Amino acid sequence: MKRRQFASVVVVGAGPAGLAAAIRASESGRQVTVLDDNPSAGGQIWRGEKDRRSGNDASAWFQKFRTCPAEMITGARLIHGDPERRILSVETRQEFFEIGYDKLILATGAREFFLPFPGWTLPNVMGVGGLQALVKSGLPVDGKRIVVAGTGPLLLAAAAYFRKHGAIVPVIAEQAEWRSVAGFGIRLSKNLGKLFQARSLRLALRSSRYTFSTWVEAAHGKDRLENAQVRTGAKVWREPCDYLAVGYGLKPNIELPVLMGCRTQSGVVAVDEFQQTSQEHIYCAGECTGIGGVDKSLIEGEITGLAAAGLKDSARRLFAKRRKTRQFANVLDRAFALRPELRQLPLDGTIVCRCEDVRWGRLRPMNSWRSAKLESRCGMGPCQGRVCGQILEFLLGWHPESVRPPVFPARLESLTQDSEMKESLRT
Amino acid sequence: MGNLSLTSLSFDIVVLGGGIVGTACAREFAEAGLRTALIESAEIGGGATAAGMGHIAVMDDSEAQFALTRYSQLLWKEAAERFPPDVEFSPSGALWVAADETEMREVFRKQHYYIQRGVPVEVLDARSLAEAEPNLRPGLEGALLVKEDAVVYPPCAARFFITEAQQHGATLILGKRAVGTRGNTVQLDDGSYIAYGNLVIANGIVAQSLTSSVQLEPRKGHLVITDRYPGFVSHQIIELGYLKSAHSIQSDSVAFNVQPRPSGQILIGSSRQYGLDDSAVDMKIVSAMLRRAFEYMPGLRRLSAIRSWTGFRAATPDKLPLIGPSPEAENIYLATGHEGLGITTSLGTAKLLADMILGRRSAIAKDPYLPSRSYALHA
Amino acid sequence: MRSMPEIITFSINGSPVRVSGGTSVATAILISGETAFRRSVSGEPRTPLCGMGVCFECRVTINGLQHCLSCQTVCQDGMEVQTG
Ligand SMILES: Cc1cc2nc3c(=O)[nH]c(=O)nc-3n(C[C@H](O)[C@H](O)[C@H](O)COP(=O)(O)OP(=O)(O)OC[C@H]3O[C@@H](n4cnc5c(N)ncnc54)[C@H](O)[C@@H]3O)c2cc1C
Ligand SMILES: Cc1cc2nc3c(=O)[nH]c(=O)nc-3n(C[C@H](O)[C@H](O)[C@H](O)COP(=O)(O)OP(=O)(O)OC[C@H]3O[C@@H](n4cnc5c(N)ncnc54)[C@H](O)[C@@H]3O)c2cc1C
Ligand code: FES
Repeated sequence: MKRRQFASVVVVGAGPAGLAAAIRASESGRQVTVLDDNPSAGGQIWRGEKDRRSGNDASAWFQKFRTCPAEMITGARLIHGDPERRILSVETRQEFFEIGYDKLILATGAREFFLPFPGWTLPNVMGVGGLQALVKSGLPVDGKRIVVAGTGPLLLAAAAYFRKHGAIVPVIAEQAEWRSVAGFGIRLSKNLGKLFQARSLRLALRSSRYTFSTWVEAAHGKDRLENAQVRTGAKVWREPCDYLAVGYGLKPNIELPVLMGCRTQSGVVAVDEFQQTSQEHIYCAGECTGIGGVDKSLIEGEITGLAAAGLKDSARRLFAKRRKTRQFANVLDRAFALRPELRQLPLDGTIVCRCEDVRWGRLRPMNSWRSAKLESRCGMGPCQGRVCGQILEFLLGWHPESVRPPVFPARLESLTQDSEMKESLRT
Repeated sequence: MGNLSLTSLSFDIVVLGGGIVGTACAREFAEAGLRTALIESAEIGGGATAAGMGHIAVMDDSEAQFALTRYSQLLWKEAAERFPPDVEFSPSGALWVAADETEMREVFRKQHYYIQRGVPVEVLDARSLAEAEPNLRPGLEGALLVKEDAVVYPPCAARFFITEAQQHGATLILGKRAVGTRGNTVQLDDGSYIAYGNLVIANGIVAQSLTSSVQLEPRKGHLVITDRYPGFVSHQIIELGYLKSAHSIQSDSVAFNVQPRPSGQILIGSSRQYGLDDSAVDMKIVSAMLRRAFEYMPGLRRLSAIRSWTGFRAATPDKLPLIGPSPEAENIYLATGHEGLGITTSLGTAKLLADMILGRRSAIAKDPYLPSRSYALHA
Repeated sequence: MRSMPEIITFSINGSPVRVSGGTSVATAILISGETAFRRSVSGEPRTPLCGMGVCFECRVTINGLQHCLSCQTVCQDGMEVQTG
């Protein structure tokens, strides 16, 4: 069942950045293979949009991608890579294979950032993007009450989406202050319009309470969520709901770039003007170089695709456009900075590491990520610390350890490789 | 400044290194009433101790190896009564698996050897082996069940030992590195000094940085751990070919060695490589190691692997640890060079050292482990 | 406007389930009303958190294989899904 492959450009991630990179590189005559672990292309924002025919950005890009000769392998997760030999190990549901490359483009995107609070492990408490993804994949929310909470423009986008699918969104709890978001709001109409359709934004805002300096302190329920305890200033109330969608912004997926030896800086992959990483043959585009929304991902993807194909002049022509999207990213960052009160949310009994059920009271007295890991098993479960590592970075300032293969849990068979060592190792 | 840092801290005995060996020693000394301090530069149990498999094994490479492992194993059994759950002591027993008739002869030889020395063992034929471990491939010849072999989680065992030591009055100095000795003092990296009556060097593979009288070779090992699959494996299972692997001095080798963790996870080893100091995971070795494991347990193929890592065993030329006075000073003791058995032999090591320092009679002969054995000129 | 929603038939904990093509296993389980995709180490029932293959909360057994990510798996005819 093993196959070997080579592509002159391999793209990991089929979100906006990866798709744009693949299109540009293959238009430039390169043989391109795109790998993504989702069942279909589109990344986070365009999840499930592939077959839709609305006249938006997404469909235009999908159209371009369909007509370009790049090969797309979905349901394929990259679990290991060797930057020296330029070979990647890939796992699908049925098989595993290795693929060689000349240039590698990492467009691994971002994941949602979660904070622990009492009750956050109850069934039906989910990430904002998490619930949205489930709805995109067919979960009916017609008539369901969904409290949306956390921070960032994603709250509005998701609330609008839920309402479009018939849900009642009684409150959108934004932790940031009105003042800091209002500064962002000058650009809000222009930029948010691009983030999602302005019409649904208005809809979301009209019959939901979009309240600032507001956050969810606790979730209550017996076997599943029954209500969310919301706080704004001194006022606290319980909002009955079927789902609580809560997320505190996005964090770049840098594990794979780190495993491949790419240098990072303040939590994002460091790249030069052509999006090249510290590794000569590896480029990075999109959210993994910094959170900035779909436009940043697209333009970085285009630049990367051109640069990887050796068309530096064409790439350079896009620099000005990229600059604008990056400015937007900076504004975003400042407008939705997390308030210190959020550090007080977990109680001693609140689970922080959901894989191993390690509670805050156990972790709080410890002095490093490593000793927490060794003594409490925190971060030792299958998410490999992706959820709790970021939490503890925020709560205690700990930095996660180095990345080791597999970069995602993988079947043991997928960690074997064709190797002449096989026989010579036996003594 | 120099005078200021010459603080008045002074102990009967100072242990350098908070791995399983150092913490076991500190506990032994403190319980014996010595004023004890342990200095650990990073975390308790974070060195080789965090990398090791935690198989409490009796081994029969040599009489000396047998004596120390068996003695230590019984000490583990005794100590286990007080272990908190996170030490994960589980008396799973070990199966040494024979793939063919030649290896089966080795099973009988071992059986004979262990019975003579009072170690409870049992030979399993092909059928009872298949019943004991249904996920082993069919067609194996049989196995030797070593009943008192056990499994622990070494970092928490080390944590438990240092906690007990502290309860007996020991001082833990964490986050400071010993950089040298002068007179009867240890110098720390923050410029301070600590005076000792006796010093125990138990900092594992890097012991050379503190004493020129040891010769240790790093022997790199790889391990892979899976998600939770309770019941998939019930014993520590090792192929008899492991012995060939453990004996080989120069070449890289892999062997089938799996361990059931109390969590239901399966820990898969093992590999040995010489002459490397790079701790990166080498997928070629992982690959070879896993292929070997699949030959014995085909069902492993589709289980989910969560993580892989490496560690270094501190190997001496004769593969026995260095336990006893260092050739360079009478009151400096060594406790290192435990190769692939330091979790097991930490407890025996602690007893022997305390016996030497306190002039007690020891339960087993100490000569085979004395550091002076490798330094015939000083002897 | 999806292209022809085909119907997929498979089972969750032995009971037959029908969903339209392209539905993820995670979604199908939620539709079925189940609130414990898995039991956590200390026995708590858990449902998906991230929906994107990162958090591993949505692990279920699919066709006998444990620890499969239901949010990353599309329902297929004849699939046998086990939760809890
Ligand atoms: C749920 C959600 C909703 C969002 N909604 C909006 C919105 O409305 N507007 C907006 O501007 N922005 C939104 N964002 C931000 C959004 O991430 C970006 O705008 C855009 O999707 C980023 O594109 P990208 O290509 O950089 O990354 P992504 O879209 O995140 O794509 C990365 C892809 O790489 C895949 N991948 C990662 N690692 C591997 C691996 N090892 N092997 C194989 N595949 C891998 C991922 O599964 C993913 O498909 C949203 C983000 C999330 C998480
Ligand atoms: C892959 C692998 C599998 C193994 N499996 C087993 C097994 O199944 N059973 C078994 O019995 N053994 C096993 N072992 C062997 C066992 O892990 C080691 O022998 C044992 O952990 C050694 O413990 P230690 O305390 O001597 O060293 P370490 O655990 O390395 O402790 C030394 C400590 O000293 C500290 N230190 C270093 N320098 C200084 C300084 N200058 N000042 C202060 N502190 C310092 C370090 O930070 C470290 O914490 C295995 C080893 C490996 C690598
Ligand atoms: S819901 Fe997080 S991995 Fe599936």
